[in-house]
Amino acid sequence: MMHDPLFPVLGVVTDIRTDTPDVKTFRVVGVDGKKPFIHIPGQCAMLSIPGVGEALFSITSSPTNEDYMEFSIKKCGCVTTWLHAMEPGQQITIRGPYGNGFPVDTDFAGKDLVFVAGGIGLAPLRSVINYVRHYRSRYGSVDIVYGARSKDDLVDYAEIIEEWSKEEGINVHLTIDNPQEGWDGHVGFVPNYVKELGFDTSKTVVMCGPPIMIKFTLAGLLELGFDKTQVYTTFELKMKCALGKCGRCNIGDKYVCKDGPVFRLDQMDQLPDEY
Amino acid sequence: MREMIKAKAIELLENGTVNRVLGWKAGEFFYDLTPGIFTSREEIEETFEYSVFSAANLSKYLIAESRKEGKIAVFLKPCDSYSFQQLLKEHRIWRDRVYVVGIACDGMCSMDVIRDKGITGVTAVEEDGENLKLTTLYGDKTIAKADALLERCVHCKSRKVVVFDEMIGENGEEIPDSHRFDMVEKLEAMTPEERFAFWRGELSRCIRCNACRNVCPACSCEKCVFDNDKSGIAQKAAASDFEENNFHIIRAFHVASRCTDCGECSRVCPQNIPLHLLNRKFIRDINELYGEYQAGSDMDTKPPLMNFTTDDCEPSVVYERGGKV
Amino acid sequence: MKKVFAADIYKVFAKVSQKSKLYIPADDGVSQARFLPYMEGMTLTEKLNTGRSAKDLFFPQVENLLKFKVSGKQIEIVDQRDEVESFVIFGVRACDCRSFDILDNVFLYDEPADTFYKTRRANGLVITLACNAPEETCFCTAFGIDPADPAGDITAWKMADAFYFRGNTDKGNALLAELELVEADEEAAHQQQEAIRAIAEKLPFGKLDLTGFDKEHLMEKFKDPRWAELSESCLGCGTCTFVCPTCQCYDIREFNNGKEIQRFRCWDSCMYSDFTMMAHGTNRPTQKERFRQRFMHKLVYYPSNYGGVYGCVGCGRCLQKCPVHTNIVKVAKTLGGENK
Repeated sequence: MMHDPLFPVLGVVTDIRTDTPDVKTFRVVGVDGKKPFIHIPGQCAMLSIPGVGEALFSITSSPTNEDYMEFSIKKCGCVTTWLHAMEPGQQITIRGPYGNGFPVDTDFAGKDLVFVAGGIGLAPLRSVINYVRHYRSRYGSVDIVYGARSKDDLVDYAEIIEEWSKEEGINVHLTIDNPQEGWDGHVGFVPNYVKELGFDTSKTVVMCGPPIMIKFTLAGLLELGFDKTQVYTTFELKMKCALGKCGRCNIGDKYVCKDGPVFRLDQMDQLPDEY
Repeated sequence: MREMIKAKAIELLENGTVNRVLGWKAGEFFYDLTPGIFTSREEIEETFEYSVFSAANLSKYLIAESRKEGKIAVFLKPCDSYSFQQLLKEHRIWRDRVYVVGIACDGMCSMDVIRDKGITGVTAVEEDGENLKLTTLYGDKTIAKADALLERCVHCKSRKVVVFDEMIGENGEEIPDSHRFDMVEKLEAMTPEERFAFWRGELSRCIRCNACRNVCPACSCEKCVFDNDKSGIAQKAAASDFEENNFHIIRAFHVASRCTDCGECSRVCPQNIPLHLLNRKFIRDINELYGEYQAGSDMDTKPPLMNFTTDDCEPSVVYERGGKV
Repeated sequence: MKKVFAADIYKVFAKVSQKSKLYIPADDGVSQARFLPYMEGMTLTEKLNTGRSAKDLFFPQVENLLKFKVSGKQIEIVDQRDEVESFVIFGVRACDCRSFDILDNVFLYDEPADTFYKTRRANGLVITLACNAPEETCFCTAFGIDPADPAGDITAWKMADAFYFRGNTDKGNALLAELELVEADEEAAHQQQEAIRAIAEKLPFGKLDLTGFDKEHLMEKFKDPRWAELSESCLGCGTCTFVCPTCQCYDIREFNNGKEIQRFRCWDSCMYSDFTMMAHGTNRPTQKERFRQRFMHKLVYYPSNYGGVYGCVGCGRCLQKCPVHTNIVKVAKTLGGENK
């Protein structure tokens, strides 16, 4: 019997970390205790709880992590609510990897990188950031601008403070929407903060966050003199197969699952704004 | 008739009674009319069409249209007017934003019926008295209108427009001897096994396109239970054909005593399932158990299944009738 | 070329059906034809085409993918696919036969292949039948399809006294050899072909102008304001999608019977409100966007991805079946050709 690409394999959730009030990070291995498959930063996987549903999630962990995969997931719909309610040791099904991923070994190589993330938008970028950290010498400077509604909504806060912030050549710029007790960092929205920071226009920008953040950040970047060919983002639309066949995640003639989820913004200009 | 309707549409637009008109737009052939909104004299002159193929019931569009700015004129055939009034009764249409022009009707034809008589390749149709003159790829043909009628028109229950602001043509009367329950009686005469086999045969052809539901004026829920993913069922084919049967039966129950028998469900079914028979069975039972009732015929009478009186039959009526349902 | 006298065609069907399952277009008793497994006594339909397309046999409306058994935190995955038997489908029209090429691009040639579809394609033998009497809704010729000479493993022509067969593939020739039919002159079907082409010339949409439906005009077509008017009467039903031989979108769903969970896939329609609905909302909120998606897919996105080939074969089913008579021809005429 042929193995169909729609067939998943079993995975086990070995650890669940509570990041924010509505985001948890799930550590997943195969039933053999090994990583289910190899991926590129920015690629996704279909996770499913039989009887509840199947949905696409970006792989948060870096491919350089050879022991397991991680998924930072915000509680939003049926599948995510179920995931949030489960306990370690639970089996799930997993298939992938899907999508093109970020051009970490080609376009990004040798570049100064600026990561801009909002809220759960850090999830796909974390994979790239940790990949870049692993192969640090292959890249130039790294700036990370990350904002959330409040301090409590910053995903991976511990890792950001304990590891990223302390690493040489990485500048972390955190911001929250409103002032909060115990927060002496920047306050304000991400797009404004990016403009305030005013990056050198030779840098490459990697963005992920709510559409409104992307829209205004992009406007700010263009104002600063950035070209759309320097800006990358990653998309999410409803998917069922993740193989470019079920026909629903298209933006124009491109399928997010196959041709994306990573698009350069000048490529997006060639596509209808139906996302 | 066609010219009078078009002239009326233009008049209502130009004298400011309405700011748009709901009617039928000409298609590529004479028979493929599409419901459409008209906002100018030019549009009406060029594309408004009314013919024996104006079968589409326009009432349901008014749920959305009457919520828009301004007033809309609509042309309603007798059966459409029942649907319209039923929707008014359910407070689904804003009456003061609709100007109703009733139109007399002696039956609508169907290209499916014509094709089924072996006439194919019809590229044009001309109404010629009681006949339809057909131009086909295989020569000219003639068919009597009476032979090309939709099932619902063969068994027309009423030629009376029940609600209108003005009429075009002379209003007709109800038709008590429509024989519309003949097939229901045949089904009732079957044994339960035969009847089950009949419906399994019919409903097994369902492709879950939802055309019956989406066209049905009585199916006016903002969100259908069959569209609710959380209910575990969806508006598409399921793992077992049980759901196909279930879908139609639940739908028939839900529209019971609100269904006016407009026949749109059967007209649009791409699989030719006689869905109207389910509804007619309910209508006949309601008539028998609660007294004669026609949904949409007036604004005042309460639908029997939405009303309680001490004379209502008890559920045990099923047993009393020996399980014959 | 081989020949079977009209009176003997059912003997041939009987012979074929002894070896493998045979589907023929037969009347289903409700004014419509469909592909039904051949049984003795069954007759070919007089209708031009089946209500549902031939794609059903390769990409059925519902098919089971997997089963899951869940106990506590453990999950068991059960592959429950049956071996697909070889089958023969007779009477496929030129349009439906072309639709297989369109589906093949998505399901076979785009990696990874869909193994369910692939297995059925490998096991199915297609015998096409030239269209003696095209209908006014037919416009296959607009897509370069010849109703007088359809493709397939075997091509058949029906004439007053006999059926003529021509093998096109090794698989087709092998079947014809097995059937031990009478040899016939190559020219036998030519007269019939000429007659069909003469009718095809007269088809009202046979030369439908599709100028402007291409990758180059993608944004222009997408932004056209006339989508609003074209879609205003659309009921949002799935009729056009489900009778369409080239519509390939599917949903993956589950059914929990209390003991095990059946994961199946079924046809889906971009006309449906839940098609792109996610927990936070949908990117196609009104019927206008859904309607546009369907026709943009067939006339712009598909050709953009597959070398200019349109995702329509002109079978005319949507013209006949749409409850409000809005269809791809009306879209093409409004937005394409001279009107572009």
